Amino acid sequence: MNQTSGAQGTADGGIRKTTCYMCACRCGIDVHLKDGKVHYIEGNRDHPINKGVLCAKGSAGIMQHYSPARLRKPLLRTGERGSGEFKEIEWDEALGLATTWLGEVRRTDPRKLAFFTGRDQSQSMTGWWAQQYGTPNYAAHGGFCSVNMAAAGIYTMGGAFWEFGAPDWDRTELFMIFGVAEDHDSNPIKIGLGKLKARGVKVIGVNPVRTGYNAIADEWLGITPGTDGLLILALAHELLRTGRIDVDYLIRYTNAPWLVIDNPDGADHGLFARGEDGTPLVAHRATGEIASSATPGIKPALKGTFGLPDGRQATPVFELLAGKYLDPAYAPAAVAERTGIAADTIIRIATEIAEAAFEREVIVEQPWTDMKGERHARMIGRPVAFHAMRGISAHSNGFQTARALHLLQILVGSIDCPGGFRFKPPYPRPVAGQPRPHGGACADTALAGPHLGYPRGPEDLLLEADGETAQRIDKAFSWDAPLSAHGLMHMVISNAHARDPYGIDVLFLYMANMAWNSSMNSTSVMQMLTDKDESGNYVIPKIIYSDAYSSEMVAFADLILPDTTYLERHDCISLLDRPISEPGAMCDSIRWPVVEPDRDVRGFQSVLLDLGARLKLPGMTDAEGKPVYADYADYMVNHQRKPGIGPLSGWRGTDGSKTGRGEPNPDQLQRYVDNGGFSEAHVPAEALYFKHANRAWSDWAIAQGLQDGPVENIFQLYLEPLRKFQLAARGKIKPAAPEHHQSRIAACFDPLPCWYPPFLEDGLDEDAFPLHAITQRPAAMYHSWGSQNAWLRQIHGENALYVPGAVCDRAGLEDGDWALLTSPSGEIRAPVRRMDAVNGSTVWTWNAIGKRSGAWALDTDAPEATRGFLLNHLIDELLPPKGDGRRWANSDPITGQAAWFDLRVSIRKDPDQSGGESLPRAKPQKNPVGAAPSTVSHGRERAQ
Amino acid sequence: MHPAVSVIFFTVSSGAGFGLIFLLGLGFPVGGGAGRAFLVSLAGGGLAVAGLLASTFHLGHPERAWRALSQWRSSWLSREGIAAILTLCLFGIYALVWMWTGARPALLGALASLGALVTVFTTAMIYAQLKTVPQWKTPLTPAVYLSFALASGWLLASALGDRAGAETGGIALVLLAWALKAAWWVRAGRTRLSDVGSSPETATGLGFIGRVRLLERPHSGENYLTREMVHVIGRKHARSLRRLALLLGAAVPVAILIVVALTGAPAPVNLLAALSMLLGLLAERWLFFAEAEHAVSLYYGNR
Amino acid sequence: MTSLPATTEKRLGLVIDLDTCVGCHACAVNCKEWNSGAQASPLSDVDAYGADPSGAWLNRIHTFEVTPADAPAQIVHFPKSCLHCDDAPCVTVCPTGASHKRSEDGIVLVNEDMCIGCGLCAWACPYGAREMDPVENVMKKCTLCVDRIYSETLAQEDRIPACVRTCPSSARHFGDFNDPESNVSVLVAARGGIELMPEMGTKPVNRYLPPRPKTKAAPRPDPARPAASACAATPKAEGFLGWLDAALDRLG
Repeated sequence: MNQTSGAQGTADGGIRKTTCYMCACRCGIDVHLKDGKVHYIEGNRDHPINKGVLCAKGSAGIMQHYSPARLRKPLLRTGERGSGEFKEIEWDEALGLATTWLGEVRRTDPRKLAFFTGRDQSQSMTGWWAQQYGTPNYAAHGGFCSVNMAAAGIYTMGGAFWEFGAPDWDRTELFMIFGVAEDHDSNPIKIGLGKLKARGVKVIGVNPVRTGYNAIADEWLGITPGTDGLLILALAHELLRTGRIDVDYLIRYTNAPWLVIDNPDGADHGLFARGEDGTPLVAHRATGEIASSATPGIKPALKGTFGLPDGRQATPVFELLAGKYLDPAYAPAAVAERTGIAADTIIRIATEIAEAAFEREVIVEQPWTDMKGERHARMIGRPVAFHAMRGISAHSNGFQTARALHLLQILVGSIDCPGGFRFKPPYPRPVAGQPRPHGGACADTALAGPHLGYPRGPEDLLLEADGETAQRIDKAFSWDAPLSAHGLMHMVISNAHARDPYGIDVLFLYMANMAWNSSMNSTSVMQMLTDKDESGNYVIPKIIYSDAYSSEMVAFADLILPDTTYLERHDCISLLDRPISEPGAMCDSIRWPVVEPDRDVRGFQSVLLDLGARLKLPGMTDAEGKPVYADYADYMVNHQRKPGIGPLSGWRGTDGSKTGRGEPNPDQLQRYVDNGGFSEAHVPAEALYFKHANRAWSDWAIAQGLQDGPVENIFQLYLEPLRKFQLAARGKIKPAAPEHHQSRIAACFDPLPCWYPPFLEDGLDEDAFPLHAITQRPAAMYHSWGSQNAWLRQIHGENALYVPGAVCDRAGLEDGDWALLTSPSGEIRAPVRRMDAVNGSTVWTWNAIGKRSGAWALDTDAPEATRGFLLNHLIDELLPPKGDGRRWANSDPITGQAAWFDLRVSIRKDPDQSGGESLPRAKPQKNPVGAAPSTVSHGRERAQ
Repeated sequence: MHPAVSVIFFTVSSGAGFGLIFLLGLGFPVGGGAGRAFLVSLAGGGLAVAGLLASTFHLGHPERAWRALSQWRSSWLSREGIAAILTLCLFGIYALVWMWTGARPALLGALASLGALVTVFTTAMIYAQLKTVPQWKTPLTPAVYLSFALASGWLLASALGDRAGAETGGIALVLLAWALKAAWWVRAGRTRLSDVGSSPETATGLGFIGRVRLLERPHSGENYLTREMVHVIGRKHARSLRRLALLLGAAVPVAILIVVALTGAPAPVNLLAALSMLLGLLAERWLFFAEAEHAVSLYYGNR
Repeated sequence: MTSLPATTEKRLGLVIDLDTCVGCHACAVNCKEWNSGAQASPLSDVDAYGADPSGAWLNRIHTFEVTPADAPAQIVHFPKSCLHCDDAPCVTVCPTGASHKRSEDGIVLVNEDMCIGCGLCAWACPYGAREMDPVENVMKKCTLCVDRIYSETLAQEDRIPACVRTCPSSARHFGDFNDPESNVSVLVAARGGIELMPEMGTKPVNRYLPPRPKTKAAPRPDPARPAASACAATPKAEGFLGWLDAALDRLG
């Protein structure tokens, strides 16, 4: 552990070390106080994530902390929904009202509570609360954001990109990024890019837009949105065609040799041939003899057809794989036009990948033992690292695209090896080590297990008895989105509004700006939130919302529970949740109140525990009906998910001597504070690589409480659960997929990674909507929060639509002109800026700059409201009607991830260039927190 | 450059004032007694002082303006302040002696005249020294400032004083000044940043890669630099202002002077010519700033 | 005294690596944050939550699009702050002596108590490195965090400008350009550090490391060329599965 001081100086001065919350990166920060006021925030040099650096957002934390948009007291709606008219009430009244509403639902039909959290960093706690409450309707915002990548990674290899893994920055020889955004793991990625640049390592950026990380990439592939999968599979094609793959790695660590049953009419066609104990079978290469894949030292065949003992025929996965990707359909020349990447370039990059992997292999002189007991003298690395984020995730083919990228990594043997992509503890954690989803809803009863999980097949779906109707309001884990491991927050409001599958009574949201930038089709979502039924009641009867700031969503809630700022609260960045680990260390961290609130606000998690106690939820009340936890800090220390396993891993045991597993330590939070707000336990040298197959890692992970016992983690090139869905689509296994889902499942649930065009393109008039439209994340702004920030809003106070030069010329557009951007579902008016460093058929803008007038305590004529705009208005959560009488979700069919990067548009110059305002404009909302000051002179008191 | 009203008024007004002081110091004939002397001196000194006072509105901290007198070794602005104060002191004494005694001490007058000349020159050099504004950085700038000061001062003098046939000299000076200004304009049109070898490519050092174009400003809104130094003026607007400057600053005064000269109308009518010229000079000075390209604009989208 | 020193003992300044800067604005905001409390008066913001917010910043990040003749346009993020010129025109124009260049280390500073806010120094600077504070009405500029680099209370490793300390991608370097062995001198020599607007004759101390050349489309590799792979040879006539046999044989 690093021993640094967390609190220096006097009660109202000195430095206090806590965790940033200006984006999802969660860096360590040194908060400098003077006279009890925050006057400077810098990066904590000892912190595993940021190692002292801090981004623009983090450095602007002061302006967030002192934002005029901070809510001041609980609010009860007095005007119509959406108007922003409230009265301030006392906490007792607010909590009493919430308890009444939530208690009634729990007593009658707990499904009628939909509890969804947005940029929540306490999901293991909020999820646990929802589980104890007993509603099946809980998730955070991952379904909107990242689930394709998370699920593809977990199902394929037990870990994922985003912040759950990282390139081996110090050893990689080639780095390739696909659609990497700036709001997760952003400082580690920037630190890493700096290391690569210092070493002169080549960086290849794959992104339609050449800004940010792609601007400094040594090579830029300005790919056409939604075609990354094709590019990746063409690279795989080339590597296979030229024989530049790591066959030894495939045999050792993947299911390449596993036998796939070839029984075209059977219910087992395409499933793995398994022995009696369920272990997949392989064939001896030399003899063709069938044996368990677990047989030590076996040399399995990768090709051929083998007769199983029962007479069925079976083929190794690898032969299926090679056959599939060697097909000319995946040849570089065949994908060049569609991807916008020249065939020569694809071939050259495949060569570069192979050269880095095989000719510049990295050797770490560290003996280790694999899970089969074989001792290896050293760690041999294939120093090619990949990283990816939303750019490939937020498409309707994103799951398969992310799978394809993992396939590519695995073919060259670069997962968790020196120089490759590395898992961060607690990962790898393959499906075998993950829960299944849990649903059901009985009055006054907790759920049997966590809501979110990883279905192994159709049998794990959360369906009503008819085998078709979804149990969950968001239809997660239904035929619509079987592997929706993060839930589908973006469908909640529209489904609740349509009362499909049922109506709800209370919508309870935390930090989720669903009435604005966190929804597709913001205009219609605002309508849904305000719609009334025939008797004049709101279709969504009650809305409780918790946030620290006067966001757009606040205006649509009935009851507001005001949260604190991140410097006034306890928080827990937990290994049970989305930890801050680095590949070489298991890390978690806390936030603690480095200053006290000057308003009548309470940390949401403490409020939730209070509500839990008032509702007498199990785990939150003791036998006498008394609250178990005084507040969130108490929970962080004393809650145990399993004996010895709690939210925080550091300084456990009554004397603080244990790490990972151990009894609660009443002094734990002080130990965190003393250590700078975090705990860091280094992975032993022998366990640093090949964690998916490393005995030392397994032993260490078990000792630390990251897993209960050894978990087999064979990389799933061929994903059997998808095959099961295909069989269900053919009616071969139960539950069978409903007829209207069958063709889509058959086409998209390919057990080998595949590519299909984004759904929006199906039946699209390409001439009517010739352009792609996407957003990028500005590095200096996180979602909608930044606009209340006096410093960040100077940088991004309005956004422009960046339009390729050739498109400008065709449409007669010049810088500053107003353009009309039309999609199949809507139209917006936006100011244009010409740009050439962009894919020629793509327009783009910065994400979440446009604001509703009156929100965030900004003046009603703020540029965010008058000139800023969102693409969200152009995106429908449903696809255009296809004439089959149904409206399909605009989502990935496997995970349900919102496909907002599939957007297609046309552009034309607005014939009316008068009026300097973007459209559509929502009616201004009233500002419930009072006017903001006009001048900011931060630091005056310090200067004097 | 941002055409700040205070600076425009300052340069025009103090230019005319010091122009008048220059002429009075050299003994421009003014009849009558102490009253006339007072009036004429007040006009010269008043315009100069009003201009200087206006210029302090341009300062963030006018109460510290006295500090500006310290750096005469290196700073034209400092020199201007010193020169202005010295000149006004000398002229003040000159005017007092004149009013008290009716006599006009020639040496003192000559010193005040020299001071006035130096003051206007230093004012002009504040602008003419700036490499960052190539259109300003020319000896033509002080020449124009001096000639406008002299011409506008002459028109005032010819209205308030008693020099017979002053109109002819006035016409000559006005035409000379505008001829210099015309030369200045021609040069300015050929001395844009791009003409002196400054471009976004040199500003960024990225010209070795290719053509450089601003994609995004650092901040989406305006800032001090864009407001102060990246003033963009429409061409049409500039053309009509130029016409206005020439009309009020040259044509009207010359016409009046001719009429006065030919008709023998009373000299005070020349005041109309002076006022017209000062209005014309306000337009000219507005353009002097508004049309000037500052190097910083290369970082903000100018090419 | 606003005359410039003929030479300075040290020439402290920054190297900014345009090949590494991702344009994240971290340096600009951390600079604002530090210097808003560190200088004699705050770096103020006006209309902070209104229609036209603006404020005094000492460092701003421009974004340029650069289009080569024979390759696609590229983006360069371009941080810009005071370059602490050897021949600083902002100093010599100052009428009060508020602006000065230090003979010991070459840092160009403004003494706020002496500044009358005339703005002439900002006019004299070709780089836009000086900004008038909209509330304090004095000129603000980069001090190279003079209160940090000579601090006796900060840890030794923190005695660098805030922008350098916070830069996530290590695109900013601080040092003495008079010392040929310093990190900045070595970087400038190795990477061909460039001077901005040399034609202005300001002799800036800060240098920019230019973007490295980007990969251009290479000629199509010969598909028949055997891969020099440690792992395998290129499949030949017997096709991929034939190659596989050979590869497996090599594994043993």
